[in-house]
Parts: sequence; C-alpha cells; structure tokens
Amino acid sequence: MLQGHQTWEFENKPVILSTGTVGGPFEAGGKLADDFDLLHDDLWLGQDSYEKAQKVLVEESVSRAIEKAQLRNEDIQFMFAGDLINQITPSSFAGRTLAIPYFGLFGACSTSMEGLALASFIINAKGAERIIAAASSHNAATEKQFRYPTEYGGQKPPTAQWTVTASGAALVSTVGNGPVVTSATIGKVIDMGLSDPFNMGGAMAPAAADTIVSHFRDRDLPADYYDLVATGDLGKVGLPIAKELIEEKGLKLPEDTFQDCGLMIYREGQPVLAGGSGAGCSASVTYGHLLNRMKKGELKRILIVATGALLSPMSFQQKETIPCIAHAVSFEAGGGLQ
Amino acid sequence: MSSSKGKNVTPAQQKYQMLQKKHELKRPVVKNCFRAFLVGGFICLIGQGLHVFYYTFFDFTQRTAGDPTVATLIFISVLLTGFGVYDRIAQFAGGGTAVPVTGFANSVASAAIEHRTEGYVLGVGGNIFKLAGSVIVFGTVAAFVIALIKTILIQWGGL
Repeated sequence: MLQGHQTWEFENKPVILSTGTVGGPFEAGGKLADDFDLLHDDLWLGQDSYEKAQKVLVEESVSRAIEKAQLRNEDIQFMFAGDLINQITPSSFAGRTLAIPYFGLFGACSTSMEGLALASFIINAKGAERIIAAASSHNAATEKQFRYPTEYGGQKPPTAQWTVTASGAALVSTVGNGPVVTSATIGKVIDMGLSDPFNMGGAMAPAAADTIVSHFRDRDLPADYYDLVATGDLGKVGLPIAKELIEEKGLKLPEDTFQDCGLMIYREGQPVLAGGSGAGCSASVTYGHLLNRMKKGELKRILIVATGALLSPMSFQQKETIPCIAHAVSFEAGGGLQ
Repeated sequence: MSSSKGKNVTPAQQKYQMLQKKHELKRPVVKNCFRAFLVGGFICLIGQGLHVFYYTFFDFTQRTAGDPTVATLIFISVLLTGFGVYDRIAQFAGGGTAVPVTGFANSVASAAIEHRTEGYVLGVGGNIFKLAGSVIVFGTVAAFVIALIKTILIQWGGL
C-alpha cells in the first residue's frame, strides 16, 4: 500500500502470469528479435491503414498473453491499454474485438508502466483476479500523427528517436508462477522548458530522474538494490543526463545497472539516431527481453521507468514547452520461478 | 534547443537547460553543408544534362527546354518518393534534396501517399498541400508584393 509520498508497495505480490510481445519488420532486424513472440515482415500487417495495423498489434499481443496462460478472454476481468494515436483508437478498437472490460490510458510512452501499476494495484487490493495491461506504438502511424508524412524527405537531427513498431501485454494475476510486481512509483508532470520535439530524451530525463529518486526515497532502498534500472526511452541523449541528475541528488547507481530500453532494442548500424522510443518500446522490451532474462535467472530485481512526453502536434506549433512524466514499476523474480 | 526567449524560466529550468545542452548531440553542420552541396549540385547537374538533352534532340529552344526539364525532375522525385527511397536520400543530403524542385515534389507526393487511407477527397485532396501549401501561399504573397513595387516604380517612379 502507500509507501512514502507517491509509491505503492504490493504486499500480495501480483504475479505476471504471462506476456505477449509483437513487433514489426524493423524490430525483427533488431538485437532482441528472439525475445518477441511474433514478428511481422510487413509494416501494414495486411491492413489498409497504419492505424488498423497498430490495432492488430494490440490484439495479437493481448491474445498471445492470454493463450500462453491457457486462459480465455472471459477469464480476464479488466484490460488497461494505451497508445500514442489520437483518442487512443488502436487500443480502444482492440478492446472492441477482445471484449474485455476496458480502461483506456494516455501517458504517451509512460503508458506501459502506468497501465501495469494500476493493474497491479487492483490485483493487490483483490479488485480482480486477472488483468491485462498493454501498450503499443507504430512507427508510421506515430510519424503521421506527430511529425511529417513517412515518405517526406526532412533531415532529422541526431537527437531524434525512432518510434518502435511493437506492442507488449502483461497478464497480471493474484496467483500463479512468474515474476512478481513489488511496487510502483507514480511520477509528477515535470517541464524543464524544453520545446524541441526532436529531442525527447533531453526533455524527459528530469522526469525520469525525479521518479527514480522518489522511488528509492519512498522505499528507503540502497542504491545497489536493483540488478537493473531501465528507462523507456531516454535514448543516447537522455540517459547520461538522467544519470547525472540522480547522482546530483546523491543516488549513485552501480555501473552498468542503469540502462535504456530504447538503446537495447536495435542493432548497431540501424538508422535510429538517438535510439528507439514509443509506448510499445518499453512494453515489448520489458515484457519480452527483460522478463525472459529474469526467468533465466540473470536478473533478480529490476526497476522499469517508462517516460512519456505529454505534447501534442498542436501544443508544439503553439510554442508550448514539453511536459514530461515517468512511472516506475519494480519486478522481482520469485513467487515460484517457472 | 531551449525556448527561454521571452518566457518565464525558473532558475532550475535554466540550470537544467545548461546541463542538457552539454549532453545534446550536435548537428554536424559542416558535414551536412558539404553533403547538401554535393547532392544538391548533383541534382542540378542532372537538370543541366536534361536541359541540354531536350534542346539538342527535341524541338525546344534553350529558353523553352526548362519546362520539360523541371517536369522530368519532378517525375523522378515523385517516383523515388513512391518507392520509399527519397526520404532515405534526404536524411543523408538534408538541404541538398529539400531545396531543389525535387524537394517540393516530394513534399506534395509524400503527403498524398500518407493520407490516401482517409480517401481521395478528404484524405489526398485535403492534405496534399499540407507541407507545400505554405510555400505556395507565401510565394504568391511575395510575388504580389514585388509586382506591386515594380508597378509603382515603373508607373510613377519614371523608371
């Protein structure tokens, strides 16, 4: 329950029973291809629009997670989902297909951990037996929404990030085997006055740093408590800034335990500039790669800090700065390894 | 990039923006200029080749060969946009592919392709000049102002 200012500790240990991760063609060529349940070689996923393709990503990731737990849609009480598209239609339309009672969320790229935090809280409080939390993004649909047409020849600066085409879903349950969710820290909206939408990492780093520092303070943890603290997604620019900011606050994480999901997903040489981003990035990397490593015993305790830039294309044109947010969720191996 | 101009910036924000600047990956300006010069120049070279080709082998004069030259460049640019190649060249070339007429053609074609899913009328028709529209608007406004100045100078200025 409430611990400190803004952290929930889950004493009933909600279990991640199963996960589903689906990616696109660019992710299939990336470093973590083996950790995806399903990869598509077509950015359209056989649909006639990118928005519909993203809806299919959500549907498939949720269905995969439910299938892997050998359950049916009726066995799931609630679904939390969100994405980056106007009025979060891909998630809501997937909710229509899946017919699971649905909460739509928007927290930009922080949606992945926002949904998981809420799902875990409800499970912990026995408000449900099983909840699905999903987050997705689609490169072309997001570019269309926030930037220029995909085929437009505008040169991007080296600080720009590449939106991941992926969806990740986690099935949280009161009982079962798998990694457990131990706590969640809900972040404040922080705006340090940056306004360049091609430099999200720089804008989001203070929000990530604030949430991380708050998490360690609220739970009164030593700096070396986690085997891995992974942000999603600060990229090449934001990660070193966040590191410097938390060190300023007197929290020195051990070397190499502070990483970024957006820097894990792609291979060296893929043209992604400062790294991956998007709600689907932290969701698919966490629910795929990182939980797989946890199941293999390589990681025991991890903290995922999903960061979101809460801008709209209109707010940017109206010369507003970019408010940012970060939510952290901690996972622990245990509750019976599979 | 910070937006501190004319806005209330708290000392904490100011301090952060300094720190951020230190870590921000800089645009490789010199390299970008060099690439833009090479690629832009190469496009102009192709244009010049086409120009000579049209007035040598077809019934065009040096003055009129400009029209088919521009049309050919636009055609090639739209074709490359449709095949999904133009934006990749542009990431390398920057201004080199944006400034020539090929860049304008790309901005129109890419918007048309992007909004095809919303139908021909509201999608393609309504969005085709999404990027190029402001170029046309301010180009026309500028031309009008210049024409006005010229007319005034000739009519009443006695030039």
